[in-house]
Amino acid sequence: MNQTDKNLLNEISPTLNEAEVYNIRKNGESIARQVNSYVSIIPKEDKSGLDIYVKENTLFGIIHIPVIITKSGLKETVYNDFHIGKNANVIILAGCGIHSDEDKMTAHDGIHRFFLEENAKVKYVEKHFGNGKGKKRNLNPTTEIIMKKSSTMNMDSTQIKGVDNTIRITNATLEENATLEISEKILTSGNEQAKTEFNVTLNGENASVHVTSRSVAENNSFQEFKSSIIGNTKCYAHVECDAIIKDNGMVKAIPEIYAKNIDANLIHEAAIGKIAGDELNKLMSLGLNESEAEEVIIKGFLK
Amino acid sequence: MLELKELCFKKDNKMILNHINLTLEDNKFYCITGPNGSGKSTLAKIIMGLNKPTSGHILYNGKDITNLSIDKRANLGIGFAFQTPVTFKGLTIYDILKIATKKELTKKEACAILSKVGLCAKEYIDRELNKSLSGGELKRIEIATIIAKNPHISIFDEPEAGIDLWSFKYLTDIFKEFNVEKKGITIVISHQERIFLLADEIILLENGTIKEKGTKESLKKYLNTTCPKGGKNESNR
Repeated sequence: MNQTDKNLLNEISPTLNEAEVYNIRKNGESIARQVNSYVSIIPKEDKSGLDIYVKENTLFGIIHIPVIITKSGLKETVYNDFHIGKNANVIILAGCGIHSDEDKMTAHDGIHRFFLEENAKVKYVEKHFGNGKGKKRNLNPTTEIIMKKSSTMNMDSTQIKGVDNTIRITNATLEENATLEISEKILTSGNEQAKTEFNVTLNGENASVHVTSRSVAENNSFQEFKSSIIGNTKCYAHVECDAIIKDNGMVKAIPEIYAKNIDANLIHEAAIGKIAGDELNKLMSLGLNESEAEEVIIKGFLK
Repeated sequence: MLELKELCFKKDNKMILNHINLTLEDNKFYCITGPNGSGKSTLAKIIMGLNKPTSGHILYNGKDITNLSIDKRANLGIGFAFQTPVTFKGLTIYDILKIATKKELTKKEACAILSKVGLCAKEYIDRELNKSLSGGELKRIEIATIIAKNPHISIFDEPEAGIDLWSFKYLTDIFKEFNVEKKGITIVISHQERIFLLADEIILLENGTIKEKGTKESLKKYLNTTCPKGGKNESNR
């Protein structure tokens, strides 16, 4: 790995440690892999991607699945399936860093599927990052989550500048007592466009989902947030979409909640607006100038 | 020293402040009071730069600051506690105290500041400064930002507004301590007699003009007979 690779890796997987389980993919190929007795990583035979198996009752496993792309013009679709055994508890850190210096379209579409067995717990952190002089970096992650009884998943995704076009789709199905928490942070700049879509079906009694989306659209960028939650039984859903717009930035939020049972309790909140004047005034009264105050507010908002 | 000269503020064709002339001296605690709509908060905001006067001048230690921005005034040594404390999504109480002090602030130092406003520091320091905090908690944190900033001129806009009686008792104690420790000019906009009692001088505003300025003794006739909020004052209860 050269310095550019290391820098990209550091952006998306800063805590990567030689002692942990990992698979590093660079320009379409796996360049390093490590497994242990609890986690196995098997390359798919029919297509590009991995099958990751976490054994039952695994405690505190950490798995890194970073992807780095430094070859302008590379386009790939990768299928990773995570099979999380009963009662296992793991942290999965994934993401894609693209460095392109040429103006060729570079794209990575990651299709991640999660199969959580009963009582499994997953924290999934996904980071997307793009840099370099070149333009046209596209990332289109799709996440499919199948959650069995009493399983828990916490998904955290971040994309801060540098990606021209994103369509992010997350689909989830929850059985009884399953809990899904999704937190998404996006900052788009220049002419970037980002669309995110969450489709969650709550099938099991007492299943719950909480989606928090915080986004900032500056310059001429555009974002679209779409969520569709279906409650088929006694369940709970809370979707919160908060966006700050700057300059000519545009944000569109499309909420859809569909209760198909009398005991389904579904909430959607959406707020879009510029930075509140009183927030700026307060920070300015503490001595920050207007642009410093704006930076502090946005940094905090996306923290 | 802070001097307000011929200060006027007009909004929607209504004169909110009408030729205010006022000199505030160092190391004094001032309380500005008056009925609702008398222009108290507007006056406080004009000193901080949150509102721009229609005419007139503000001099701080002889320097004309009338056209200076909020942050420039803040950096000259003026601080302002908002009547409705501002909340932020994502900023913690520790973050805001660090911004206020403008220097490296250890958690221990931040905790000491929070303890001064009666908050159990460990429980609060890493909490987000958002609407999950109660009105009383937000008020105390707002005051803590002023303690952290330690400005030469500290302005508090109705610190008692929106808090319960128990918190108010605590608030008075905070100001008592503040009065003893603080050098510089303290200006509190208030309707509360307990706050008047701490002041060196009281300024009574009415219809955008200064009706009286003097010690609590000299203004007794106003303060004991008419409660600016319409009811009776605490001393008459």
